[in-house]
Amino acid sequence: MAKRITIDPVTRLEGHGKIEIFLDDAGNVANAYLQIPELRGFEKFAEGRLVEDMPRITPKICGVCPTAHHMASGKTVDAVYHVDPPPAAKKIRELINSAFAVEDHTLHFYFLGGPDFVVGPEAPAAERNILGVIGKVGVEAATRVIGIRRRLRAIITALGGRVIHPVCNVPGGVSKGVTKEMREEFIAAAEDAVEFAKFTLGVFGKIVLANKSYVDLVVGDIYLHRTYYMGLVDAQNRLNLYDGMIRVVTPSGKEFAKFPPSEYVEHIAEHVEPWSYIKFPYLKKVGWKGFTDGETSGVYRVAPLARLNAAEGMATPAAQEEYERMYATLGGKPAHNTLAYHWARLVELLYAAERLRELARDEEILDPHIRTLPTATPTEGVGVVEAPRGTLYHHYKTDERGVVTEANLIVATVNNSAAISMSIARAARKLITNGEVRDGLLNMVEMAFRAYDPCFACATHAAGQTPLIVTVRDARGAPLRVLRRD
Amino acid sequence: MSQDFEPVIVGFLCNWCSYTGADLAGTSRSRYPPNLRIIRVMCSGRVEPAFVLKALREGADGVLVAGCHPGDCHYQEGNYKTMRRMALLGPLLDQFGIERARVRLEWISASEAGRFVEVVKEMTSRIKALGPLRLGHAQDAEPIAEKLAPA
Amino acid sequence: MGKPKVAFYWCASCGGCEEAVVDLAEGILEVVGAVDIVLWPVALDFKLKDVHALPDGAIAASFINGSVRTSEQKEWVELLRRKSGLVVAFGSCAHIGGVPGLANLYDRAGIFERAYDLVPTADNPGRVHPQTSTKVAEGELRLPEFFNTVRTLDQVIPVDYYLPGCAPPPDLILNAVQAILAGTLPPKGSVLAPAKALCDTCPLKESKPEKMAIKEFKRIATSAPDPAVCYLAQGYVCLGPATRSGCGERCIKANMPCRGCFGPTPEATDLGAKALGALASMVDTKDPDEAARIMAMLPDPAGALYMYALPSSLLQRKKMEAAHG
Ligand code: SF4
Ligand code: SF4
Ligand code: SF4
Ligand code: FES
Repeated sequence: MAKRITIDPVTRLEGHGKIEIFLDDAGNVANAYLQIPELRGFEKFAEGRLVEDMPRITPKICGVCPTAHHMASGKTVDAVYHVDPPPAAKKIRELINSAFAVEDHTLHFYFLGGPDFVVGPEAPAAERNILGVIGKVGVEAATRVIGIRRRLRAIITALGGRVIHPVCNVPGGVSKGVTKEMREEFIAAAEDAVEFAKFTLGVFGKIVLANKSYVDLVVGDIYLHRTYYMGLVDAQNRLNLYDGMIRVVTPSGKEFAKFPPSEYVEHIAEHVEPWSYIKFPYLKKVGWKGFTDGETSGVYRVAPLARLNAAEGMATPAAQEEYERMYATLGGKPAHNTLAYHWARLVELLYAAERLRELARDEEILDPHIRTLPTATPTEGVGVVEAPRGTLYHHYKTDERGVVTEANLIVATVNNSAAISMSIARAARKLITNGEVRDGLLNMVEMAFRAYDPCFACATHAAGQTPLIVTVRDARGAPLRVLRRD
Repeated sequence: MSQDFEPVIVGFLCNWCSYTGADLAGTSRSRYPPNLRIIRVMCSGRVEPAFVLKALREGADGVLVAGCHPGDCHYQEGNYKTMRRMALLGPLLDQFGIERARVRLEWISASEAGRFVEVVKEMTSRIKALGPLRLGHAQDAEPIAEKLAPA
Repeated sequence: MGKPKVAFYWCASCGGCEEAVVDLAEGILEVVGAVDIVLWPVALDFKLKDVHALPDGAIAASFINGSVRTSEQKEWVELLRRKSGLVVAFGSCAHIGGVPGLANLYDRAGIFERAYDLVPTADNPGRVHPQTSTKVAEGELRLPEFFNTVRTLDQVIPVDYYLPGCAPPPDLILNAVQAILAGTLPPKGSVLAPAKALCDTCPLKESKPEKMAIKEFKRIATSAPDPAVCYLAQGYVCLGPATRSGCGERCIKANMPCRGCFGPTPEATDLGAKALGALASMVDTKDPDEAARIMAMLPDPAGALYMYALPSSLLQRKKMEAAHG
């Protein structure tokens, strides 16, 4: 028998995500599988619920991005009731969503994904964590990270009641308005957030961009996938996290499709495999060709880099500058390197902070008219926002009493599920040859999916920010090495 | 199997009326099915919704709540309160897949022994037709050994 | 004497309970310094074999969030029970089942069919569903089994304490940790939150009349409540009368009624049944037909009464047709 290396979880007991890598007789990678071992069935138990309860139910899909679900759900119930919220309500929602985007991207950069870069891809694993980041950027900066997250989360609490699972979105608007005192604090927090975002880009520039080996990694080909890209854009095709049309560009950057949320079924289909509870979405008009990239494969990507690729620019001035700088450095659009997600995330961080400031400064958010009461018979609706981890689709149908009869949810990370699997397989293929597991493999594999900031909680409508455990075993099943992603 | 299925019916009977009616049925030797397990309450209004659910959970195939006729409740409003609870309990039980016929509210006065017998008879035969309830506790709901998916 | 060992684990969880601990972490550095965290998937490295290697009872306290939905989660919590002196059910999902417990109105077959076959984006002509074991060209792939029923933690293992909430608020978490460290815990089986009902602490309680009389139920979807008046008195479903206090009236402060994430008050065994009693008592009619008409304004009683608590209810789940036949 040829030697075989299997990568599987430490035991079947452990973890909410696992990777299996199979080798062929020559000891090269035959295939790699990312498995998600959980599902919670939100689409099913939504049936029979009052549609206005959906904004309170669906955030429980994910405690990491409950705000995004609450927003998508709020927009969906508006559509179900054929009602347009007043301007103040829309702005309040977008303000909450922007505050959330800033704090969530911050969490990712400093706590989750950033350590790979800030501390360095070759640093010992024990240092590749938030403590290592603090060591590199200084305690004062770390205090700032904690402070800004707290301040932004307080905005969500003030308006949404709870930062984990806010409750303010109702059909036609929001349940709570903004007072003058609240606005003062929002403006101050937003100004802080803009400065903080600039500071963070500065950190990235100093530590990552000034280091040639990191830049080589970012522009290199280990993590390169030529896929389609998807994201929300405004009327001028600029990136928007809260509203707009969905734009898809081809691997060469040409507009492939642009459609309103209500038409998503024409464009997206989901492939099912028996070995994972997660589904694999693809572009219907291109087709499912398996786990492969290129123009002929329907695999597409979402989330920061995909959003920047799918847009033609940023709607705020400082973010636009950073956007231009990023593409100039990466050598044009679209950028296909998965590690560029980290950079794109920071450009978005700045955009979300600038947008937060615009909204907080806008007098109109003080308008007490925050709700248009629905009068039409409820029917069906689709609501889409850009969650930090990608385009988030909610779709409900109801009977005439507003009782849900069908629901469909395509959540952020799921859009990327095929691409994440491919990235892992690609990294494995590059790094495992002739049965030899190179030292760098584990961290490199880890970096492949960490760049996406995947949240398999969302993905399965199941668990939270999911740890991923990989064990490399020799042919006899003895563990060689254990890897996990927090 | 339903041939010899003998349902267990828990009857919450108001002390002032239905309980006396049941008593009368007993002493006058009217025959009614032995399926009813009687629990005497001071007023039908004392039957909390949780009592009904508890009875079903503990193995009852049906629950009868019987109280004084409208206007006759010794506590003025107890039977109306029960009526309103039942109006919401019914739709709730639908959602749990429990047939409405299993839970029944009746007004039976102290002198209506015959009616009491009729109600119990009819309820017993309807529940016989429905079959056992068998709720089964979540604790017992061990995974079924079959494969995850039907073909 | 080493520091007491503490473990955090998640089952069918959204991760919000983990965020709640992270949010708190900075504030309790001295507490964190006083314990030795041996397991915390979201934040720290760990190995299953390390947990296996510990003597039984070696972990002072395990905080477990999420409900139990798969064979893998069941095995994990059984292991942690053996290794732990105290097990704390953390958050609504572990305590009373949580919102995902609404899935108990359905079963696995229905959930799979909807998710993989029926949603409008499904491309699954062969009706492929996830399998516990799949043969692929290169070998075998396994998945844990997905149960028909969502279970609370104490339906799977004995639980010593409960921390309620979705997610539990920081002050209650901190109190619990301090009580464990100081050995000042209440009797086993306690819920580590105040015993009063939410109505007793609600900022709107002054506007809640002694006796309420309503002719209709209103829905948030189609009417706008007055945020200064008790929701129940206005005819909106609010579970305050049946729900334990301690959350900080979070939803009420965002102008929304309570849906019961803190679970039942101590004297209520079943949150929904208790709330049902409270709602029924307000309805102002003596006519059964009118009562039925008013109740029909609540088209989803199970969702209204048990949004968070269905698995812990007396009925626990919808009747299974086949499983117990
Ligand atoms: S209790 Fe709430 S926050 Fe905690 S895991 Fe369950 S849904 Fe998430
Ligand atoms: S019913 Fe609700 S709104 Fe009224 S006092 Fe109780 S908790 Fe407050
Ligand atoms: S108001 Fe009710 S639902 Fe909201 S946090 Fe408090 S207990 Fe939970
Ligand atoms: S006393 Fe008989 S129902 Fe109230």
